[in-house]
Order: sequence, then C-alpha cells, then structure tokens
Amino acid sequence: MIASEQGDGPSYLQESTVRSWLGTLDHKRIGILYLFTITFFFAIGASAAAMMRIQLAYPAAGLVTSDAYNRLFTLHGVIMVWFFLIPSIPAVLGNFVLPLAIGARDVAFPRLNLASWYLFVGGGALALYSILVGGVDTGWTFYTPYSSTYSNGHVMAMAGGIFVAGFGSIATGINFIVTVHKLRAPGLTWFRLPLFVWSIYATSIILVLATPVLAITLTLMALERVAGVGIFDPRIGGDPLLFQHLFWFYSHPAVYIMILPGMGVISELVACFSKKAVFGYHAMAFSILSIAGLGFLVWGHHMFVTSQSVYAGVAFSFLSFLVAVPSAIKVFNWVATMHRGAIEFTTPFLYALGFIALFTIGGLTGIFLATLAVDVHLHDTFFVIAHFHYIMVGGGVMAYMGGIHYWWPKISGRMYPEAWGRVAAVTIFVGFNLTFFPQYILGYLGMPRRYWIYPEQFHTLNLVSSAGALVLAIGYILPLIYLPWSFFKGARAGTNPWGATGLEWLAASPPAEHNFRETPVVTRPAYDYPPL
Amino acid sequence: MRVSESSVGPLVATYVALMVLLVMTAATRAMPAGWWITPISLGIAALKAFLVAYLFMRLREEKALVRIFAGAGLFWLLILLVLTGADYLTRSWYV
Amino acid sequence: MSKAGALANAPQFGSQEQRIAANQLGMWTLIATEILFFGGLFLSYVTYRVAYPSAFAVGSRHLDYLCGTINTGVLLTSSLCMALGDLSIRKGRTRALAGWISATAALGAAFVCIKGFEYHEMWRDHLVPGFRFDPSVSPQVELFVCLYFIMTGLHAIHMLVGIGLMAWLLKLNAASRFSERAHEPVKMVGLYWHFVDCVWIFLYPLLYLVPKL
Repeated sequence: MIASEQGDGPSYLQESTVRSWLGTLDHKRIGILYLFTITFFFAIGASAAAMMRIQLAYPAAGLVTSDAYNRLFTLHGVIMVWFFLIPSIPAVLGNFVLPLAIGARDVAFPRLNLASWYLFVGGGALALYSILVGGVDTGWTFYTPYSSTYSNGHVMAMAGGIFVAGFGSIATGINFIVTVHKLRAPGLTWFRLPLFVWSIYATSIILVLATPVLAITLTLMALERVAGVGIFDPRIGGDPLLFQHLFWFYSHPAVYIMILPGMGVISELVACFSKKAVFGYHAMAFSILSIAGLGFLVWGHHMFVTSQSVYAGVAFSFLSFLVAVPSAIKVFNWVATMHRGAIEFTTPFLYALGFIALFTIGGLTGIFLATLAVDVHLHDTFFVIAHFHYIMVGGGVMAYMGGIHYWWPKISGRMYPEAWGRVAAVTIFVGFNLTFFPQYILGYLGMPRRYWIYPEQFHTLNLVSSAGALVLAIGYILPLIYLPWSFFKGARAGTNPWGATGLEWLAASPPAEHNFRETPVVTRPAYDYPPL
Repeated sequence: MRVSESSVGPLVATYVALMVLLVMTAATRAMPAGWWITPISLGIAALKAFLVAYLFMRLREEKALVRIFAGAGLFWLLILLVLTGADYLTRSWYV
Repeated sequence: MSKAGALANAPQFGSQEQRIAANQLGMWTLIATEILFFGGLFLSYVTYRVAYPSAFAVGSRHLDYLCGTINTGVLLTSSLCMALGDLSIRKGRTRALAGWISATAALGAAFVCIKGFEYHEMWRDHLVPGFRFDPSVSPQVELFVCLYFIMTGLHAIHMLVGIGLMAWLLKLNAASRFSERAHEPVKMVGLYWHFVDCVWIFLYPLLYLVPKL
C-alpha cells in the first residue's frame, strides 16, 4: 500500500506485523519505535509540569501537598531529561536519518541498535514503576545524603531505570561513532558531511564517555542506600560533594547531548530554507567538536555555592565562559547563512528561527550564571529554571519539532498540513515565552525553585507563566493530532519535496528497507546549492 | 602477516617482563615507609598496563585511529581526576 | 535486492575488511566506556586516600597480600594464554585455540575462587561493611574497606562475564566457526579480557600496597 518510487523494493513501512516491528533490525523502524516511546514519556513529563504550573498559579493553591510537589518536579526532571530529551533527536532522527545521510544501508551494528531500544524501554518501565508506587522526592539531581540516606521515596527503582536506559544510550553512541567512521559512502569525506552528521558524531562521543560515570555514580548512591556503606556519608568521613562531582561530570556534558543534535538540525533547516550553503562550514564543524570537548571541563559551575574550593570555582567559571564562544559562532553563522538567502517560511524554518532566538537568550543567561558573584544570587532560583528551559525547550525541543517536520516526508511519504504546522510553531513560540520569560524575572527577584508555595508578591508573574503553559500545551497538542492524520491522509510527498541537498533526499519517500539500490558516490561538498 | 604478528617470542618476552614487574611491585611492601613507594608502584603498574595494551592487545600493529580511541578513555579519566582534584586540593588554601 | 559486494548476512557492510574494522573500533569504544565506568570508582578512591592516608594504610594491611599478589600473577598468566590463543587462530590452529581459551577461562575461574576466599576471610574477620562490621575499626578504615569491596566486586563481575565469553568462544570454535582469516570474536573477546586484566593491574597496588607513611 505504501510503495517506494525508485523500484528499490517495498518501503520500510510495508510489513505491518507486530513481530516485524518489535524484532526489526532496520534503523528506520527503530527510529519510529523510539518516536512512539519518547512521545509517551513526553506526555507523562508534561502532565507533571501541568500539575506544577497549576499549583504555582496561586501562592498557596493547595492542589498538591509539599511532598507531592517534590515528587512531581523530580518526575518531571527525570522523565524529561533521560526519557525524552536525551533520546529525542539522536535516537529518533539520528537513527532514521544518519545512515541515509551518509549513503549507508544501515548502522554498523543493527542488533545492538535494537538492543538499545529495549534497554531504553526496560529502563523506562522501571522508572514508571517507581512513579506509580509513589515516586521520588530528591529532585532529578539525587543529591546525597538525602537520596542515599534520608529520602523515603522509591529511589532504587528510579535510579535503576536511569541506569538501564543509560546503557541503551551508550550502545547508541558506540553504534553511531563506528557508523560515521566506517560506513560513509565513497567520496564522502569528513568535510563533505552534513553538519547534522557532525553533531550526531560529537553527541555520540559525549554519550560514550560521560554516561558510564553516571552509571557508576548511581550505583554508588544505591549501594549507600541499600547497604549503608558511607561513600558520601559525612558521619564516616565521606563527602557529599564527591557525589556532586561525579554526577555533574556526566550531567553537564548531558546538556550538550541535548543541544548539539539540535544545532545540527538547525544547520540543515537554515541551509535548506535559505537555499544557501551554511556559512563557515569548517568553523561550524570545529565548533561542534569544541562544544563537545569543552563541555566536559565546566561541570563545577553547578557547584559554585557548595563548599567547593573558590579557586576551582574560578577555573570552572572561566572554562564556562569559553564554551560560550563556539556556541556564539554557530549563531552568527546561521544568521550569515540566512543573509541574502532565498528564504521560505516553512514550518521547519519557523522552528529554526525560534531556536536561534530562544537559544541565544538562554545561552546568554548561561553567562550570567557562570559569573561567580551573580550565581550566588541566582543559584537555586527560577532564573536557573528559565535558563535551562530556554535552551532545552526553546532550543532542543524546537529543533526536534523542526527536524520531525523537515524529515516527515521522508519518514512517512506524506506532507503534513503546512498551515497547521505554522500555527503550531507560532503557538509554541508565544506560549513558550509567556511561560518562561517571567521566570527569569521571578528568579532575579528571589523566588526559589522547588518550592510548592511562594509569597504573594510573586503572584502576577506566576499566573502569567501558568497561562503561558496552557498556550504551550495547545501548541504541542496540535502536531500530536495533525501528524498522525497526515500519515494516512496527507498529500503524498515526492523524493525531495524541499529541494534540499543531502543523500537522504535521494532515497524514496518513504525509503526502501535497505535505503539505496546502489550506494551513492559523492563528489560535491555539502550544501551544494546553486548560486542565487 | 608481519613477523611480529605471527611469532610467540614477543608474547612470551612480554609475559616474563610482566612477571618481573609484578615481583618488583610486590617487593615494595618490604621497602621502608616513604612517600616514594606510591609513585613507584603506580609507575610499575602503568608500565605493566602499557605492555599488555601494546603487545597483548596489539596496539603496536594498529593504525593511528585505533590508538586514539584507546587513549581517549584514559585522557577523559584524567580530566575527571584533575579537575576534581582542583577542588579537593585547593580547598584549604586561604583566600 | 542485493548489491554486489554487500555481505549477505550484514548488508550494511560492503566487505569483510570493513566489517572487521568496524567491530574492532566498536570494541575499543566499549573499552573507553569501561575506563570511565571504573574511573568513577578510581576518583572516589583517590579522593579518600589523599584525605585519609594512614587509615588507608591500616585498611590495606587488613587485606590478604599473598592472595592479592598470587591473583595478579594468575591474571597476567591468563592474559598470556589469551594472547597465545589469538596467535594460534591466526595460524588456523583451532585445537590449540580451544586449549588456550580453556586455560584462560580456568585461570579466570581460579582468580574468582581466590577472590571468593579473600571475601570469606574478610567476612570471618567482621570486615564486611553493613554486615556486623567490627565496631573497633575506625570509620575511615571502613571507608577503605567499602571501596575495596566495590572495586574488586565490580572487577569480579567483569571477570565472570569474561569467563562466560570464553565459554561462548569455545562453543563457536567447536562449531568450526573460526579459521585463519575469520576469527573476529576471538580478537574482540581478547581485547575485553586484557582490559579487565589492566584494571586489576592498577587495583593491586592501590588496594594491597598502600604504604605506611
């Protein structure tokens, strides 16, 4: 029923038994499996956020108890970070697009790829179990000694879920690194790669080097909880800060796992909808690698107001300033790409514009937080929350949505309804700013995070924020309706509806099982658009 | 295959060297107490690990890319140790 | 639909050379992840050793130095056997391979048994944290003992996995799956085994040879 165009064989969607899906080795199907699972987890995390915003709409709303509120923000953080954002672009779009983009027939290790998904689902099931039996109240950061000694939540199951899912991430990272090194089509040298591939490669390096440290950290915390061994227990000479060093050594690079693939997507969108090569290709590629590398050197900026050494704080502050440089280079180069381009305001491009604006704001506020003296005032306030939501939601999620819409014709063989796409993109942008901009002000004025109530003077801004969350929710619900609709009823897409460069646009929409009848040979640079 | 890849000699020689190094490490226990014992025993350990990696794991015969991958894990571990050390070792310095 | 040159059972690869190179790169990437996995434990160890040098020396003396030293020798010998096994299959000698793999596995099992004996001794001496730990032992020494159990325990788990992998290799070899030109799993399992040996090479002086200062 869904046929591919080029006679490469039936499309990858043809066989529809459950077994063919759950036992698939096709990277495209695995990407779709991830798409369904992370959407499910996004709904759970978003529900928690909705309840939090309803509670915070009034100074003492009384919707939830303080203990329940603690469990809600923990749930929101854990689910959104580990079960939505980290897998989102790499596991959905990376899995689907990467082999196509390099002219390969699949990833290097297809069975490992399927195992990754099962590890993800298994970990998610454990985390869900923890939530259903009452949840955890430690915050997504699991700081000791609260998490290891005093918390009465279901920490073990939640940590276990993250641990298992983490191995899925590591497996994906190994797969992608080897795929990019070894499976590129003939003629596809490193500096002819699309920037999306560069970003997936750099992200995979972070995945394999950072995630194991998270695994051992959670193990140590669990051992302390179960066996009473005191690695982080001050009573027998342990240091709670050791946990924080170990935790943030992973969790700071983790935020680059969440943003780098987004940056790769934005490069694709900006180039395609300006019909121009990305400005400063080499600088963009080196910036991606620099962000990945420098990202490992800055974790202490999460610990400025702990009893960490002031001198270490100075070092971490300086290094954090440094990592802003390649990020800024990318923003300038995207804008320079758009300059004098043949702009088309399609839905993906609207998401890209939103990304550039919101990531810039979020990134700049990161500089405020990296400044030691300012951080003393802003740490643990809503300013921090606004900062990371601007980057991860205003940046990461918008890039994810842009990528989904951009590659939707390739994934489904259909076009989504463009008008609804634009409406949703604008709604999300407006709703997002309404929700999170007031939180910068609230944080600056001193409203702390992770509190279920607040003083009367913060009411108006909180009400605006909660109202914005409602608009944002509508924006996210729209694609949940029109994308599945378009899968069955949308206009059929041709092989290259956007007129984009990139090897994935040579394959049929949707592609056949092994992508290409003959491996393409590459002779041109990336983004080889004709002069305007 | 090159000669080194196909002969027993280098492997056995490596093993003998490893056992000698083990005896040296074990002997540090009998040495009088001193700060130098740790660097010596860890240095010997590093040499043993290098021999295992270079000869048993055959890094000697590998291309640069594989050697970079082999070194990357160690390099990143160094980052973890050094920057965390920057905190612990400077905490008692007075401002 | 097959393309000329694609491997039948692994269509993502265009040639056997490509597949071998990919497998090897994948294995080294896995080893890098393991370095960081153990690395968190090494960080914890270093942190507390610098903070409590004399407690760590006392704790180290509680360990069975003889068992630890013998175990190091056992593991180094097992690495030699593994390397000789790899060499023998490069020459197509499947029977010799079976012998060397069995020897490697046996030595690995011996390592685990000696370790188990050590653990038993610690248990007997009330030195297992959380299980009627000797109250006269200071908390910082207990910290050392904790780290000892966690680090060697994680290492032992890796050893057990390694022994399992040896059994898998023997099974494949018995099914005539290895030859002079095609013996990828032997190489990859070998890399894993040598890596686990390297971890122990560092654990030995760190745990058993802490000097009194």
